[in-house]
Amino acid sequence: MKYVLFDKDTQAIIYGEQKNAIQRMLDFDYLCRRSKPSVAAVVNPTREGYIKVFFGTKEILLPVYRSLKEATKRHPEADVMINFSSYRSAYQTTMEAIETETIRTIAIIAEGIPERLERKMAKAAKQKNKWIIGPATVGGMRAGAFKIGNTGGAMDNLKSLKLYRHGSVGLVTVSGGMVNEMFNIIQQNSNGIYEGIAIGGDRYPGSTLLDHLLRYEENPDIKMMVMLGEVGGTKEYEVVDALKNGAIKKPLIAWISGTCAKVFPGEVQFGHAGAKVSGKKETADAKIEALREAGAIVPSSFDELGEAIKKVFEDLKKEGKIPEIKEIEPPVIPVDYKVALKNGMIRKAREFICTISDDSGEELLYAGMPISKVIEDDIGIGGVIGLLWFKKLLPDYARKFIELVLMITADHGPAVSGAHNAIITSRAGKDIIDSLVSGLLTIGPRFGGAISDAAKYFKSAYDRKLKPEEFVNEMKAKGMYIPGIGHRVKSVQNPDKRVELLKEFAFKNFPKVELLKYALEVEKITTAKRNNLILNVDGCIGILFVDLMKNIGAFNDDEINEFIEMGGLNGLFVLGRSIGFIGHALDQKRLKSRLYRHPYDDILYVHDEKLFGGD
Amino acid sequence: MAQRGIREYDAKKMLAKYLPDYGEFNLPIKAAMVTPDNPLKKVAEAEKWIKESRLVVKPDMLFGKRGKHGLILLNASYEEAEKWIEDKMNKNIRVGSIEGKLTHFLVEPYIKHDKEYYLAIKDDREADHIYFSTAGGVDIEENWDKVITIDVPIDESIDDIDLKTALSKELNESELEKMADFIKALYKFYVDLNYTFIELNPFTIVDNNIIPIDTVAKLDDAAMFWMAKKWGNIEFPAPFGRELLPEEKYIKQLDEKSGASMKLTILNPHGKIWTMVAGGGASVIYADTIVDLGYGNELANYGEYSGNPSTDETYEYAKTILDLMTRNKGKILIIGGGIANFTDVAKTFEGIIKALKEYKEKLIENDVRIYVRRGGPNYQQGLKQMKELEKLGIRIKVYGPELHMTRIVKIALEEVME
Repeated sequence: MKYVLFDKDTQAIIYGEQKNAIQRMLDFDYLCRRSKPSVAAVVNPTREGYIKVFFGTKEILLPVYRSLKEATKRHPEADVMINFSSYRSAYQTTMEAIETETIRTIAIIAEGIPERLERKMAKAAKQKNKWIIGPATVGGMRAGAFKIGNTGGAMDNLKSLKLYRHGSVGLVTVSGGMVNEMFNIIQQNSNGIYEGIAIGGDRYPGSTLLDHLLRYEENPDIKMMVMLGEVGGTKEYEVVDALKNGAIKKPLIAWISGTCAKVFPGEVQFGHAGAKVSGKKETADAKIEALREAGAIVPSSFDELGEAIKKVFEDLKKEGKIPEIKEIEPPVIPVDYKVALKNGMIRKAREFICTISDDSGEELLYAGMPISKVIEDDIGIGGVIGLLWFKKLLPDYARKFIELVLMITADHGPAVSGAHNAIITSRAGKDIIDSLVSGLLTIGPRFGGAISDAAKYFKSAYDRKLKPEEFVNEMKAKGMYIPGIGHRVKSVQNPDKRVELLKEFAFKNFPKVELLKYALEVEKITTAKRNNLILNVDGCIGILFVDLMKNIGAFNDDEINEFIEMGGLNGLFVLGRSIGFIGHALDQKRLKSRLYRHPYDDILYVHDEKLFGGD
Repeated sequence: MAQRGIREYDAKKMLAKYLPDYGEFNLPIKAAMVTPDNPLKKVAEAEKWIKESRLVVKPDMLFGKRGKHGLILLNASYEEAEKWIEDKMNKNIRVGSIEGKLTHFLVEPYIKHDKEYYLAIKDDREADHIYFSTAGGVDIEENWDKVITIDVPIDESIDDIDLKTALSKELNESELEKMADFIKALYKFYVDLNYTFIELNPFTIVDNNIIPIDTVAKLDDAAMFWMAKKWGNIEFPAPFGRELLPEEKYIKQLDEKSGASMKLTILNPHGKIWTMVAGGGASVIYADTIVDLGYGNELANYGEYSGNPSTDETYEYAKTILDLMTRNKGKILIIGGGIANFTDVAKTFEGIIKALKEYKEKLIENDVRIYVRRGGPNYQQGLKQMKELEKLGIRIKVYGPELHMTRIVKIALEEVME
């Protein structure tokens, strides 16, 4: 039927990937118990594929096409396009839609389209017998059947205004923002709307107040009509003429907003000193007068609008012209997870727990400390490690000690296994991450891994109150080297500078260095056996870390043991040495070093001669 | 976004610059603008013709009928013009019901002429209307029956319109060709530069030169995106007599900085009824209702907030109104609104409530009555928080969508004004 723009089977193509609006349309569909969704496809010039949306309780996929042409070809049954393009491109996309064979109605949401373009669109649509709703509107809806985009507001509103089933009133407004309120007024004073359209507040909307009233006039299910016009423009006079010449016969309740304009200073915006080009005719008062004279029911103020609607409705009802509306119970729309959670309606057991940082609030937190305070208090990288590894704000000397360890362990030349790996990987053309990781993978029991073990064994011996000799003997009896003791080249006579620095710092800054003192006693025994069995850098770090944790007082003994067991101390070495590995990888790249191939003459090739003979 | 008036000076400068693109005309437009910061003396340094010609001076501030108000100086010497402007600059004058300060004057060479033509182009839904008359001038409205109207349909080109036959009613053969070309050119200029109205009343032809004497023009400011280059830094002046109050300026700045919309116009600071309404459509209807119920003279302000403003923004907005209102002994505050689509009512109310709490003493002292009506997302919570202000001694009544949108106006008027 010509006067029907939307019914329960109407499907739309949405121009612009407006997921929220689409979801709201589909929620309304479900509320109306539509059998298929009111959105057939989406056009997004920058991508193709699918979007996932809810249709009631289940999730469905809607296709996304790059062009309207493609969308209309695949979905010839969709005869509505809801155009969410910006004001800059809405003209082109609308003209394209007018030219298609399948699109019959186009709703344009964008505000700020130049008037000349609006006039051209309106004319083109008219020539092709097509409908434009808008621009600059939220759209409209047919109750119980189809809703354009965001019309009607939130779900509980759609439900409380019973928009899931139709009434007998046809509504047309200029303002999109007032549509919801008009639905409310009509719902309170009649059996509800049949259809409601907001044509948009621009000077040249694609369809006019009269266009829709004439549709309603033809529609036998619409028994009465409500119109809300506005000051400015002359489109209401078309309605006046239609009332006069009998094109509109159904009761029309009308109001024109903007009667207040007369108390505004300066009437500049309502006409100009031009030759009869505008003037009084465009005022709300003049339009109200003309409508009233032509036979529309116009209350004395907007405040009486509800009563006016009620009176017309009750009169029609008495005359037996209003059919009985069977009230139906709409299905329950599942509450959106996010909304339900926000309102405390549901709860959920979390799969993941995080206790060290939080990015869910306004500001990033490290163990509860806002990142701005981290910077403000200048707690340094040592402080950040304290927060993220121990969840504690460490005292200044502890932070400095961690930074000292990082500086000392940052690199130890190209020959150690990790750096060597990093260099070879970098030279093989792999990136910084690959090079770094290949270096890190060598860290373990033989390279860099002694820190944890040193801490563990020394602490255990000290806690069990073993005398240094007893500890050395115990380890010997187990057939183990003492972790943290011994160096390949350094000795008592040629001490390791790094160890000297660590010890010096600790003696100067730590309140107590019990385990270090104990370790130095052990060292005295071992160096007496051989002069390179000194406390090495790994041992010194591990042992001092135990002292540190004991000193701070914030850790109990179990926590210290736990940290050592977890391998936390190795973390220090991994972190520090990563600096060196990255440096080596970058160094090789800068040097444009080529792929490394180990020389033959450095490899001893051995065959099992017995197996295959030979001479 | 709308049709906006521009200064005569800007319209003439644009004509001079772009009209020659559309035909062979002698269009010797000379125009200069004098403002408080740019006196005639300074302007004359760059525009040499000012000291060499007899001059015409008139205010250029979007109001018409300047002759009738004695605001046109004709055939003046430089010295006379300078003195005339000096006398009037920064002076308040009354035009009809509006009082305003004169700040912009257009200075042009005086052209001795006898023939006055009328030409205007105006937009309409299906076509542009061209109006032409050989009896232009101040009495055009009285002589409207002599005006020739030519329509150019929106989807047609002016080149396909027979102008000459239409014009031949009023013009003889010798003028016809030239006038048709000029109208055609002006029409193309009007279309290409996104004018929605232009009126040359009158214009004259002297020695083969076309000279617009008075010009009124409006542009469609929605076309700014496309016209930025051609329009240049075009100014859309506020209507005459509407110099903004500091509070209005403040809200305007807030509005310009925000993605949401906030508007405030003070109509009558001594009015007893103040409004703070959500939504462009609803706010007009609230103001209407106050006027329709007979209290237009007590309506202190018009304003609206919409587009989901933040709590901070509604706080600033409310504070500005409350400050004005309590200083001026306002009696009724209407916090109204329809049913919002997606604006979080509780959130926007939070800012308003904060401001109300801040002005608690003054509101109580002045015995201000507050009436609230609103619907939309989270409205129950918003209304509940409003209602709690009662406990602080503020006199407030709170309603939801169950009450007709504007009914609080009636309730307020009955309780306070009658």
